Amino acid sequence: MALALLVWCLVWEIVGRSGWNDLIPPFTAVLSAMVELVPSSAFVEAASITLQAFLIGMALSLVVGIGAGILMGRIPAFGQLMGMWVNIFESAPLTAIVPALMALLGFGLPTMIVTVFLFSVWVIALDTQVGVERVNPSLVEMGQSFGASKRDLYAKILFFAALPELLAGIRLGVIRGMKGVVIGQLLIAVVGMGYLFELYSRSFLMPEFWALLCVVFAFAFLASEVVAHFERKVSFYASTR
Amino acid sequence: MTSPHTRSPQPGQVPTEPGGGEPAVRVVDLCKEFPGGVLALEGLTFDLPRGELTSIIGPSGCGKTTTLKIIAGLAEATSGEVLVDGSPVHGPGPDRAFVFQDFALLPWANVLRNAAFGLELRGVPKKEREAIAREYIARVNLTGFEKSYPHQLSGGMRQRVGLARALAVDADILLMDEPFASVDEQIRRKFQEDLLYLLAEENKTVVFVTHSIEEAVYVSDQVVILTRGPAHVSKVVRPGIDRSGDSQDIRRNPEYLDWVERIWDELRDYLEK
Repeated sequence: MALALLVWCLVWEIVGRSGWNDLIPPFTAVLSAMVELVPSSAFVEAASITLQAFLIGMALSLVVGIGAGILMGRIPAFGQLMGMWVNIFESAPLTAIVPALMALLGFGLPTMIVTVFLFSVWVIALDTQVGVERVNPSLVEMGQSFGASKRDLYAKILFFAALPELLAGIRLGVIRGMKGVVIGQLLIAVVGMGYLFELYSRSFLMPEFWALLCVVFAFAFLASEVVAHFERKVSFYASTR
Repeated sequence: MTSPHTRSPQPGQVPTEPGGGEPAVRVVDLCKEFPGGVLALEGLTFDLPRGELTSIIGPSGCGKTTTLKIIAGLAEATSGEVLVDGSPVHGPGPDRAFVFQDFALLPWANVLRNAAFGLELRGVPKKEREAIAREYIARVNLTGFEKSYPHQLSGGMRQRVGLARALAVDADILLMDEPFASVDEQIRRKFQEDLLYLLAEENKTVVFVTHSIEEAVYVSDQVVILTRGPAHVSKVVRPGIDRSGDSQDIRRNPEYLDWVERIWDELRDYLEK
């Protein structure tokens, strides 16, 4: 993988140096822009507000998504009541809602948080529901037959048994939440990463633009890999439950 | 003994000749209707004598497991009742432990935690429950596998963990739902012998669901024969095979073979209808 990355960086460098297109600067120029960009106060400020919106939004959607998903999986009537809406929102192009959110919540943090939440919560709820529904009924009966309290049944049996699907949902949720925060900021256009992207592309500061893009891409990839790491840890029992 | 074609034996007709005293469990006129109007059990009545092993046998899908789950308190009867030591069952209780056909082990927990899990759910402190679990892991011959995970064990070994878990909670009544159904035939015989050996020192009342006539005759003091559609008790018999000798001898014993044949005839009557 490291070698593949090196090859592609080299291709980028060559294309950049050939002067084929003004929008693509050489990779080395992007790197040096990155070195200047990352410590700059504009970047730190943008990154911190973005991270803040992302983390608060994700925390909300984890709590709500997992909670709703477990209820949907355990109580069939609730699952049917919510299933339609969760499915509609899960597949809807939610970007269209962001302008309405701006009108409602203003151009600041609340809009970004709600955007992250709306982008990520549905897939987490759906995957949690699937995970809970797939739990081997014997495991639940086993718990009941040994006198498990409701709390133990959820915390010691259902949660862990549903973990493979739950983590898949969280990983997809993290990816969508990341899209949500950047899209939200791009539409708001006066805060965070969105503002910087807007500024650099409008002023044709291409090395800076690409440097920022690389940082955001790397962060998103890293965040989803962290969850994927835990997913691999439980994969051994995903097939043998 | 009741006649072979008695459809619903009255309580008085059930031959109970245990070692005296009240039976550990009485199943009285049990009926179960599933949603949609399918009648699964129709007036089951039989006793489980204390300290004995009773098999419930019958064709697949005849409601053996449903009966066992009602005794366990995991399912509710439509009418009729199950009395444990004279009091009606309204759910699972510490007096009964269940051994599952598919083992029902936690795949993310090792053998030690699985064997101790019944005690963990009952709030026994970690040190204490692990000491008890280790003892039963040794009794089912799994010493050395405490740190292994279920997916690393064979089917027979997994069921022995399930058995250790059920024995560790020290319930008076052990409910076993086709415990050897997912185990190889060779291991199954060994397992039946081990089970008898284990139970000999435990003095428990055991209910054992199986579809194997040979298994039922080999392990049981009493066999409850169920028939299909909807299930009712066809007959309750007490093979009482002398198990003192070598297991190979027992399996060649004419008395043993005779009982297998008799139960088979009983079931065949209903299968041919």
